[in-house]
Amino acid sequence: MKSLEQILSECEETAFDLNFKLAKKWKSEEATRVIVGYLPTYIPREIIHAANGISVGIMGTGDRKQIIKGDAYYQSYICHLPRGIIEMALDTNLDGFDGFLFPAICDCVRNLSGMFKLSKKGQFQRYFDYPQNFESSIGGKFYIQELEKVLDDIFKINGVRVTAKALNHSIGLYNVNRQLIEKIYDIRQTSPWKLSAVEMYHILRAGQCMPVEEHNEILEQVFTHLQNERGEPMDNIRVVVSGSFCEQPPIGLIKSIELAGCYIVDDDFMLGSRFIQGDIKNNSEDPLHALSEAYIHQSTFSSSYYDVGNPKGKRLVKLARERQSDGIIFCAASFCDPALLDRPELQKEADAAGIPHINFQFHENTGQFKIIKEQAGTFSDSIKLWA
Amino acid sequence: MADHKDAIKENSMIIQKEMLAKQFKDLSMATELGKKVVYTFVPGNLTELILSFDMLPVYPEINALQSGMRKKSAEYIRDAEKIGFSEDVCTYVKCDIGMMLNGNIGPTGEKIPPPDLLLLSYTGCFTFLKWFENLERLYPGVPVAMLHTPYQEDGIMTEDQINYMVKQLKEEVIPKMEQVSGQKYDHERLAKMMENSAKAEDLLVKILESAKNVPSPIDAYFAGVYYIGPIFTAFRGTQDAVDYYTELWNEVQERMRLGLGPVTPEGEIKEEKFRLVVEGPPNWTNFREFWKIFYDMGAVIVASSYTKVGGVYDLGFRHDPKEPLESLSKYCMGVYTNMNLPQRVDMLEKYVKDYKADGFLINSIKSCNSFSAGQLMIMREIEQRASVPVGFIESDLVDPRYFSYANIKNRLESYFQMLEQRKIILKQEETTV
Repeated sequence: MKSLEQILSECEETAFDLNFKLAKKWKSEEATRVIVGYLPTYIPREIIHAANGISVGIMGTGDRKQIIKGDAYYQSYICHLPRGIIEMALDTNLDGFDGFLFPAICDCVRNLSGMFKLSKKGQFQRYFDYPQNFESSIGGKFYIQELEKVLDDIFKINGVRVTAKALNHSIGLYNVNRQLIEKIYDIRQTSPWKLSAVEMYHILRAGQCMPVEEHNEILEQVFTHLQNERGEPMDNIRVVVSGSFCEQPPIGLIKSIELAGCYIVDDDFMLGSRFIQGDIKNNSEDPLHALSEAYIHQSTFSSSYYDVGNPKGKRLVKLARERQSDGIIFCAASFCDPALLDRPELQKEADAAGIPHINFQFHENTGQFKIIKEQAGTFSDSIKLWA
Repeated sequence: MADHKDAIKENSMIIQKEMLAKQFKDLSMATELGKKVVYTFVPGNLTELILSFDMLPVYPEINALQSGMRKKSAEYIRDAEKIGFSEDVCTYVKCDIGMMLNGNIGPTGEKIPPPDLLLLSYTGCFTFLKWFENLERLYPGVPVAMLHTPYQEDGIMTEDQINYMVKQLKEEVIPKMEQVSGQKYDHERLAKMMENSAKAEDLLVKILESAKNVPSPIDAYFAGVYYIGPIFTAFRGTQDAVDYYTELWNEVQERMRLGLGPVTPEGEIKEEKFRLVVEGPPNWTNFREFWKIFYDMGAVIVASSYTKVGGVYDLGFRHDPKEPLESLSKYCMGVYTNMNLPQRVDMLEKYVKDYKADGFLINSIKSCNSFSAGQLMIMREIEQRASVPVGFIESDLVDPRYFSYANIKNRLESYFQMLEQRKIILKQEETTV
């Protein structure tokens, strides 16, 4: 077994490999393998796996790539994520990808799907339309049709027809993946000093760029390592970070929050990996239906999903309480309509529940963290002194 | 800056004013009249269905733009920002919420009643979802009917998508309308309304396509949103709408017969110098000044995308009395903001060619991602495919902080100089040949 430090170092490298070498190497080993890139937040990766593909999360360029061409495609008042992705598409970063999926989370990502279509990048560029109707017989049926479209797209490339057996197998692997992630989050809840939020972030983000089997092995090993003592508890407050489900904050920002005296005990940074809560049935004769039922009934909350009848403010408060959080940090990307339009209501719910909160905005390539660190530090101090 | 003399109006404009005044009067007296009120959106609206239940529609984005035109939006937006809304987000939403916080007074000075039903026909704009989640919390207990319109991902409407829409209408939307209105769904009545819709749609298309004439008798952007289009959304399906468009079409025919240009607030344009296709919504806070920059330069907008958020009838769609629910579904999926980018580019390219435009201009809106994201690529595509000069200006829907008159005027003057120059060159080339 590799040491934890070695695993963390490799995950960090994979997480920010904007050329996706691991995925491309995996594809090169077999003729029918395909790479399907997807944007935040959630894609049922099981179907791609079952079709002999690897799903690769394209989470943006962060502060790791200089944007030159991308800025010519986007006005200054549009979030940063799509300009980085266009930059990658115009460079060679996404060469070798067979197709791209654009989940229905906002107008920017939706229109980016059209830009990929116009650019003819990859063999398919599909906007993955989530139903906003949460009745199994209506929205659930629509969701299955969306899944079938993706399977058809891949079939046209590699000729692989997905069987129920193959899909059940893939569902099983991702069930294990989610179980292990949650177990590690639980450890971080009881002993957050054992694994920092940045380290956890690297592990999850790396998992979006490698075969799930390999990621499961990594998670197993991390879980085993965390049974031992690591690090020292500090006099930090415990916070939940909310609002970064799409454009990702730079690592420096997450680090600044931690250095300012906050243990991040839950977050929505890599929400796609944790989007379905609990296991998906993996012995079904109709596994597409099982995936659909999971989306309809087991999804977590996010600003990109219609929530009337199950308000996300209440769900955020519930999460904060379950994680025994001292406060909530609202941390949304600038110009992110979904997150920023939710913020007043989420803040109101936090106020009603007596949970302190602060908020700030970022770009994925924000380079100055002093103010954020001071703000988070003051927040931490105020809770320690007066809460 | 533009001076503000009284606007010169055609008869149709006066009729529209009366119709809208009556609409807002009815809304203010909804309780007395025993009418239920439905809040919904313009793109992918279900006006006929709402009216078939004798309910009154309210369109929050129209309230917001009216607040912008009445110079109220700055105050409303500020109030919404005070309760936590970011400076970065959609200003229609902030303006609407600010208006509610200030008593929900509509454009005629009368109070707009609270909703009895929130009909979220969510089409082509994610912000609609967030908007109604916020409204649902501002009006707790009001039922919400959600109609999710699938995006035209592949540039087509599939049978599966239509069935999904119809199922939502039958199992989600109509039962809630029945519950709120206390009336049963009347298929025949809806079908009858759709006959009127189709008649008005025929007339609307004739009016919009009159801009193919040189000179154009209408301005298909400023006038398009000012008096040609608005009636359509709120009154579609009624005899009043058919009568209005009949009157307007007669006026337009007369203008064509006389060879007259479009009516502006300062009279008709005497000389049509430039013909433009415009993409993107207009600015509402300085609407008249904005328009004046164009008509002072003899620039006429012959086609625009924003007038198609309520439907792309010129591409052939008509409401069909034979299959009302299927037809409503196709209508919702077909509106401009629900079209994918390649479809949008194709449509705009066709406009540039069919309407013999000299140029293509984008008014990019700071707080509208549904339009703005991807516009720079649309611009490149149109420039390459249609070989016309393209222009780009920036403003906002209803936030006056983002309307810079001098910047916009400067940019437009440079753009018009470029168009002028190009005309000279093209003429010289013709002479040489």
